[in-house]
Amino acid sequence: MIVNSLGRELPEKIGDYVVRPYQGAYATPAPESPVATKRTMGHRIPGDTKLLPDLKAAIQASGLKDGMTISFHHAFREGDLLIGQVLTAIRALGIKGLKFAPSAVVNIKNPSIAEFVLDGTIDRIEASGIRGELGDAALAGKVKNPVILRTHGARPRAIEAGELTIDVAFIAASAADDYGNCTGLVGPNACGSLGYAFVDAHNAGCVVVVTDNLVDYPCCPVSISQQYVDYVVKVDQIGDPEKIGKGAARLTKNPRDLMIAERTADLIAASRRFKEGFSFQTGAGAIAIATTKYLADRMRERGVKASFALGGIPAAIIDMYDEGLVRVVECSQSFDAVAARAIFDRPGVVEIDNADYANAYSKGGFLNREDFGVLGALEVDTDFNVNILTGSSGEMMGGLGGGPDVAGGAAISIVTIPIIRGRTPSIVKRVFTLCTPGETVAAVVTEAGIALNPRHKIYAELKEDLEKTSLKLVTIEELQQLCEKLTGVPKPIKTTDRVACIVEYRDGTVIDVIREIKK
Amino acid sequence: MELKKPAMAGTTESSDVMITLRPNPEGGIVIDLKSDVKALFGDAIEKTIREVLGDFDVRDALVNVVDKGALDFVIRARMQCAICRAAEIEYDWSREDENGK
Amino acid sequence: MENNHLMRTSLYAGGTSPVKMIQAGFYNEDCLVYDLEDSVSAGEKDAARFLVYNAVKYQRPAGKYILIRVNGIYSRELDEDLEAAVRAQPDAIRIPKVEYAEEVQRIDEKVTAIEKKAGLPLGGVKFWCNIESYLGVLNAQQIATSSPRVVAMALGAEDFTASMSAQRTKPGWEIFYARNAILMACRAAGISAQDAVFSDINDPDGLQKDLEMTRTLGFDGKTCVHPRQIDAVNACFTPSPKEIRNAQRVLEALEEAARNHTGVCVLDGGMVDKPMEIRAKTTLAKAVAAGIKVGGEQR
Repeated sequence: MIVNSLGRELPEKIGDYVVRPYQGAYATPAPESPVATKRTMGHRIPGDTKLLPDLKAAIQASGLKDGMTISFHHAFREGDLLIGQVLTAIRALGIKGLKFAPSAVVNIKNPSIAEFVLDGTIDRIEASGIRGELGDAALAGKVKNPVILRTHGARPRAIEAGELTIDVAFIAASAADDYGNCTGLVGPNACGSLGYAFVDAHNAGCVVVVTDNLVDYPCCPVSISQQYVDYVVKVDQIGDPEKIGKGAARLTKNPRDLMIAERTADLIAASRRFKEGFSFQTGAGAIAIATTKYLADRMRERGVKASFALGGIPAAIIDMYDEGLVRVVECSQSFDAVAARAIFDRPGVVEIDNADYANAYSKGGFLNREDFGVLGALEVDTDFNVNILTGSSGEMMGGLGGGPDVAGGAAISIVTIPIIRGRTPSIVKRVFTLCTPGETVAAVVTEAGIALNPRHKIYAELKEDLEKTSLKLVTIEELQQLCEKLTGVPKPIKTTDRVACIVEYRDGTVIDVIREIKK
Repeated sequence: MELKKPAMAGTTESSDVMITLRPNPEGGIVIDLKSDVKALFGDAIEKTIREVLGDFDVRDALVNVVDKGALDFVIRARMQCAICRAAEIEYDWSREDENGK
Repeated sequence: MENNHLMRTSLYAGGTSPVKMIQAGFYNEDCLVYDLEDSVSAGEKDAARFLVYNAVKYQRPAGKYILIRVNGIYSRELDEDLEAAVRAQPDAIRIPKVEYAEEVQRIDEKVTAIEKKAGLPLGGVKFWCNIESYLGVLNAQQIATSSPRVVAMALGAEDFTASMSAQRTKPGWEIFYARNAILMACRAAGISAQDAVFSDINDPDGLQKDLEMTRTLGFDGKTCVHPRQIDAVNACFTPSPKEIRNAQRVLEALEEAARNHTGVCVLDGGMVDKPMEIRAKTTLAKAVAAGIKVGGEQR
């Protein structure tokens, strides 16, 4: 057993995975070797076609064999219909033992991914999170090999480091031409930014673009260029428009959430970094959307405009752009139909590569320039460590997403969380699964007050700025004690020694593991 | 104290608990607990339920509990209410004085 | 006023919903009223009593003034409500629809008896009287002085206007007299005067206009009908930076006049008289009570 710098116990090896323990948020330098890729040059004679009649033909043409790695992006979210179709076709061809490496795992049902794991089509998974049936299966020991979980930014790093090699990437697009130029920006099932697909398109051994909307050549706009694409397939439906992302999310009415959101906006507005040209990101949840609206109010009141907003973009931020409050909106993902279609017709709303958003191991991306990042969480402990993966009873609930990346890059990272959810305490002495290291978290905002992290590099500055306001500042210990007073002390969750999931940090070191729950 | 009839208290709203009490002709206390936080607080919930039954000296009861993340004081309150309804009594509030907190 | 806890805002939490009762502890209201009366249906009065008692006894929110509103004076729930409410040891019991001083005195006697039985300090729990009818308004002076437990009176506008066969409107002329009658009775008795709710939670501008009246007339606090009103109402009773600065200037001018032994104190071309001095001191006291750093940098 080894212990990483956050005190988490880790086995030295998990199967054939060699554990490099986490040693600090900025401890690992970039490798000196050139990036790895499985992309080959290719050579097409004019007159060759890339368009194949169906998924089965594409899978056969790709040369997919047992034990290889396949990937998908998650820009279609809960409305994705491609993953199920591809896995079904793969199974029909009798291919088995594949590594499934999507950019996240959305909770698709019918078919559920768990089916393909249980029947041996898939025997390894590397993703950002696993939920629902699949999560339960992993924690119950039904997935043979431990699942590797990575943040949004860690995935492109792992691919370029050669740690994750993709044999066949299936890229769903809402519009594509027969030579592979494709995009998610237009089409009846437009999903918006294809940010998560770029690294796969550039580095997979074989790239298959799948669309339900084949357009005349050349497709315009283009997000992924034909020069990276091997084959194109047209299917009847690529996504369920109802679930891809409907209209703008409505502002929550929950007074608790509104209070937390307003406090967060007040915190941002009180900081000296809240000035002309500042940058921020908020996110998709109820509190995040409300925070965005309150922040916009403060920007209007003080006549402050943002240089950029970043990351996953909801309609609320497009509204800010339209009002002239934000100069550029850098979208790695679009959360609803409004945001999806905004990239196409607004010059300052731009599609970006997820790596440009979140990868710490490039020549420098957006997060390094961001002032404020607002994040959600399932649990926070008294060291400010954050858990965004497992729920109160140890069940898989979330995904790593970009949270640890934002905390690691943004100047001031703010975690918004209610202090209890039902009887589940949110502020605890020790998080069940450590995903975001406390040293990168600047502040925690709850309905019971705001706790600043004395170990964060911006602490002194933030404390000085906030003490000038009447915002209620408390210690994280006080919040934890309040939680305990309300809920009582929970019984610890018992696990076995078997590792079900490996949680990697931005640099590929292991920040924690998730073990199977003892029955 | 004897429970005279089945009675219910509480709701299935988030942070509440719905408790249904029935007399147990076979004797003894049987608790059937459904809760999302059973792994964390199942023991604590049962302890409170038995404590309140003990306060009223109820020895025979079928207790059906559907918990939606209720804090301890809510479980206590709902139990006290259900027992009074099931035993058809009015609560003697001066009993709180003896416990003296 | 002897009670120095801020009473700018009160919020009701119905005794039927645990989640709302718990959340109410986190908002910014000064006073939290756990309700056994109008928000609880007849069939759930017993359940509410247990819930409110246990909430106040075991999970009392820190830093708040806690009240329990019992059922009406002639209701069949009242006696048991008092048995539970007194023992929960809130800061005060809020009595609905008070019309006569004798009603308050009767409840005072009952409460004293319970305090004795329970071994609690006699006179510990205070009363807030809700005035909700014309009789209550007409008897406001007597009600305000009916018992040393009475520390506040509040106007219940909806029931009052119903009792008058009047119409409840946003401008509020129909409650103008009632507001002033209660205010004057409170001033004469040296107790807190609490204004009625503004019930349209979707009209923040309407709330601001109503608050202008609340403030100009001189109320000490107001009941909120929804958490989203709390910050606006707190702000209404909190002096603005400008008002604080002016108050400081008045007191500084008086100090200087005293130092230089000049008979009359003049500020901005006008005389500073006793009422101005009292107002300035009250303003600064309110600011300090609201946690504002007086004499330092403001936001």
